Amino acid sequence: MFDDFLFRALIAGIGIALVTGPLGCFVVWRRLSFFGDTLAHSALLGVILSISFDINISLSIFAVSSLVALILLRLQNTTNLAGDALLGLLSHSSLAIGLVVLGFLSFIRFDIMGVLFGDILSVNVNDLIIIWAGGAIILFVLWLIWKPLFASTVNYELAEAEGMNPKRVNAIFTILLAALIAISIKMVGLLLITGMLIIPCAMARNLSNNPKQMVVLSIIGGLLSVFVGLYASFEINTSSGPTIVTVAIILFILSLSRIRKKY
Amino acid sequence: MIENDLLVKVSDAGLYKNGKWLVKGVNLNITKGKIVTLIGPNGSGKTTTAKIALGLYKNIEGTVERLTNKISYVPQKVSIDWTLPVRVIDFMVLTQDLQDQEINDALNLTGVEHLKNNNLRELSGGEFQRVLLARAIAKKPDLLVLDEPVQGVDFTGEVELYALIKKISETLQCGILLISHDLHVVMSATDYVVCLNGHVCCSGTPVAVAQNKEYKELFGEKSSQLLSLYEHEHDHVHDSDGNIVKEAK
Repeated sequence: MFDDFLFRALIAGIGIALVTGPLGCFVVWRRLSFFGDTLAHSALLGVILSISFDINISLSIFAVSSLVALILLRLQNTTNLAGDALLGLLSHSSLAIGLVVLGFLSFIRFDIMGVLFGDILSVNVNDLIIIWAGGAIILFVLWLIWKPLFASTVNYELAEAEGMNPKRVNAIFTILLAALIAISIKMVGLLLITGMLIIPCAMARNLSNNPKQMVVLSIIGGLLSVFVGLYASFEINTSSGPTIVTVAIILFILSLSRIRKKY
Repeated sequence: MIENDLLVKVSDAGLYKNGKWLVKGVNLNITKGKIVTLIGPNGSGKTTTAKIALGLYKNIEGTVERLTNKISYVPQKVSIDWTLPVRVIDFMVLTQDLQDQEINDALNLTGVEHLKNNNLRELSGGEFQRVLLARAIAKKPDLLVLDEPVQGVDFTGEVELYALIKKISETLQCGILLISHDLHVVMSATDYVVCLNGHVCCSGTPVAVAQNKEYKELFGEKSSQLLSLYEHEHDHVHDSDGNIVKEAK
């Protein structure tokens, strides 16, 4: 069964959707969607390093994204630049450096479209192991820090005053985000990963009135997008990543009709 | 004062930020079963002082010793973004694990048990303050820091909630650091008053503070008549940073 590329793609997609749901909710709640983009852009540098030094692509992306995340946390403390300016600075400098390095490596052929938009149909058994093992670790750590992370999302100072150490859990959450990007690049690509993170959660918000419900609905939305998106991309012969995200957007538009404006 | 009753000791603390002192030279002790109230005009450093006591600032002058970890905090402002769906019942267990019974009891005490399943964004300002207070007392803390806990609450509710705060300090034997603008309440329900204006203008029992000349200068003659008719002369004035600028004649 694992020989069938469509089946492998499906298993990979399910694994990713299970993780993007809960992480995506925090990205939406904490207004970090641009931050997700920044990490994803820096992933290009990770991809190029992985090719030039022949190291595992997920590991290399994780290392570069974590580094960018840590630089951001550091810059936030040492400069007075606004958050979005800092993110833009990091996002585009890592993208530019990645492209410059790529220029030096003209002898290497690689599929840049696959990196930008994902190539879920080329997922092999090795990738599946990385997605599921990495995903399980991410979810486990998120489960461990759930309470302090949620408390500091609602009110940072209240959480800190009551002994929850928000600074540490924020840093851990950032690393989790970098790890998620590392394991999911192959599926949706670095231009669309933020969409996969936030669109199902935006849909879920329209339908839910408490945090747990929103997480569960985001996971369901992500899974539906993967199922329908993969099937559609196979039937109408489109790239899988963009198709999955398009399905997620359609689900979001449908959810608008049931929006709980009152809350 | 018995040493064992001490919960927080703030010694000569101050915070210098963006080129000016937000507050400096603050000394205060919070002990079990006592209410310490911070009063002062807007921008006088009340909230800053409370946050210093809570340990929320890293680069402060002076020292803060906290002898308990069971702390509850009601911040001055809590805004819940639309993207974050939180019901009262979710908010109650934000930083603590509670039994259903504990949640109901606490909400009942502040009179908002019927709002348990409502979303925080549906609540009025006064209802929200009551929920904040309920959350803070639900786990029976040793130290309760309340930053203007009754803002937006109607008048009868206000009296009720201050009575509740007084009762909490007595029954739970917890120390309370209260920030308030309601001088009449402060003067009647507090054990110790610290009057701030960038620095500690005066502090002591409500009676002593009401008779203090700096207090009168800050709040006007009428305010001290809440407790006494003491007369005095002004001996100095403050600039906007709370510094003493000149000796008045």
